[in-house]
Amino acid sequence: MVEQAITFTERLHARLAHRIVSLVEAHGEITIEVLPEHLLETARLLRDDADLRFTVAVDLCGVDYLGFGQVEWDTEDASAEGFSRGVEGQGPGRFDWDGRPRPRHVERRFAVVTHLLSVPHNRRLRLRMFCPDDGLPVAPSLTEIWPGLNWFEREAFDLFGIVFEGHPDLRRILTDYGFVGHPFRKDFPLIGNVEVRYDADKGRVIYEPVTSVEPRVLVPRVIRDDSRYRQARAEQGS
Amino acid sequence: MQEIRSYTMNFGPQHPAAHGVLRLVLEMEGEVVQRADPHVGLLHRGTEKLAESKPFNQSIGYMDRLDYVSMMCNEHAYVRAIETLMGLEVPERAQWIRTLFDEITRILNHLMWVGTNGLDLGAMAMFLYAFREREDLMDAYEAVSGARMHATYYRPGGVYRDLPDHMPLYKESPWRKGKDLKRMNAAREGSLLDFLDAYVAEFPKRIDEYETLLTDNRIWKQRTVGIGVISPEQAQAWGMSGPMLRGSGVAWDLRKKQPYAKYAEVDFDIPVGVNGDCYDRYLVRIEEMRESTRIIKQCIDWLRANPGPVMPKNFKVVPPSREEMKDDMEALIHHFKLFTEGYCVPAGEVYAAVEAPKGEFGAYLISDGANKPFRLKLRAPGFAHLSSMDSVVRGHMLSDVVAMIGTYDIVFGEIDR
Repeated sequence: MVEQAITFTERLHARLAHRIVSLVEAHGEITIEVLPEHLLETARLLRDDADLRFTVAVDLCGVDYLGFGQVEWDTEDASAEGFSRGVEGQGPGRFDWDGRPRPRHVERRFAVVTHLLSVPHNRRLRLRMFCPDDGLPVAPSLTEIWPGLNWFEREAFDLFGIVFEGHPDLRRILTDYGFVGHPFRKDFPLIGNVEVRYDADKGRVIYEPVTSVEPRVLVPRVIRDDSRYRQARAEQGS
Repeated sequence: MQEIRSYTMNFGPQHPAAHGVLRLVLEMEGEVVQRADPHVGLLHRGTEKLAESKPFNQSIGYMDRLDYVSMMCNEHAYVRAIETLMGLEVPERAQWIRTLFDEITRILNHLMWVGTNGLDLGAMAMFLYAFREREDLMDAYEAVSGARMHATYYRPGGVYRDLPDHMPLYKESPWRKGKDLKRMNAAREGSLLDFLDAYVAEFPKRIDEYETLLTDNRIWKQRTVGIGVISPEQAQAWGMSGPMLRGSGVAWDLRKKQPYAKYAEVDFDIPVGVNGDCYDRYLVRIEEMRESTRIIKQCIDWLRANPGPVMPKNFKVVPPSREEMKDDMEALIHHFKLFTEGYCVPAGEVYAAVEAPKGEFGAYLISDGANKPFRLKLRAPGFAHLSSMDSVVRGHMLSDVVAMIGTYDIVFGEIDR
């Protein structure tokens, strides 16, 4: 099995050559990163090449890497005022719509991750592509290669605001009609932006800013240093 | 000559055959569908975003509420993702219990499906029979977890606790007394495994009963044979999985092809269809129930013979026992830390998929090393299936749309997430 996997990564390198920006193998899964301009031809090769034959696109999703690896609680050091209380931070649970952060020019913020499956060869592959501009993230649409990705791309557009060029019908899919914003971005408040109630005077349902919930975080985000994983990483690296 | 105008029709979201909250906008030319535009998202709760705001263990309960007809299979995908990232070893007995409950879940789901799909297409009696058998399996859920549906039974590392030695008994009441009470409690005298053993001995006969109602039923065949034909190539291009793919003749089953839990050690077959129509998918699901019964039987035999732990001795993830907590200060602190802060999962990403009753249910987990997931994407089989709606029902009659919605086996908990 291990031997097979090695030959498969070699084959990937041979077939896709310069199109692979990076190839990572972890937990028995292979991830390749490609540039947006190479995505379509890479995808076509992956589907049609007799050795690869990724016939099924299982999943496509957006990822917002804003705040990756940031913690709200310092557990290593104590200052003159004592230990960190874990009350600072900029996670989505800590602000409302008006107080939301507006990050500018974050490198490698939005990614489109596609999971592929080869039914003939019984193999999986993860394909990642970072959108070049985080102000207006754009990605080429893969719907002409795998029509089943149609809704998955609509979902990524709806939740992350990633625009898929060449998509036949790019509309919102999961959020409400007339929704504003992209709710799965890390700078979108966890409590949401509007709430809905029935107004008896007006005799209809109305939308208004969220007032019924306060932003709050019950458990702060924390990364604990764990020597066991460090050891595992060192073994993997050597 | 009479002029036929095309018109637009709203199907759902309150239509009983819409299986939840599907709003389907249909462009009709007389009785024939020209275009179908499903509007989903009416049940969108943002499960994935909520999971980002909580320690890992607190989201297990959300998984039950995704596909609320196959609860434990969803949990299985999620805990498997965590286990792979942490490199957790799952005790053998826990893996057998998971296999057992995955198959119980499959039968639960397929019974629900055959009942409601029968109801959609006019076979009222099916629904009543299928729900009778579901009750017993719900009792099995309740016996292990305390909840009939939303079990939260699987935990990273194993399962919450071992199988119970006693089944709860019906108590005497004005409605259940005397001989009736005795009959209802007959199978419940022993342990959960005894109860399930009696169930699998009985269940194949029940499946035969269902088949006498539907398989050769003329109306059933008129409504399903040749309806919604999907070729194997089409099915793959649309990202289909599970019975939708197998109904088209592709022998693809994650339990065989990429085995997890104990599926590599049990003996079962993958039923496949020939024509890829609604009728073949019905036959595939019926046959899958028989195969599940076989797997359950093998799990019962193994579990009877091999007692053992159901959680690993890894105290970074596993809480101490209640008993220890009562007289050990450190155990109490340990418990407190685990249930407030949780545990940290090493940085990395993983995609864990299981063969849920509806198809491939996957959990894509990105961790940055924190005590909460950085991103969790849940891949719901129904989402991919429903997206093919437009191209499949074009040119079909309006009544076939109902048959098609039924055959997709859609549940909005997982599609809208």
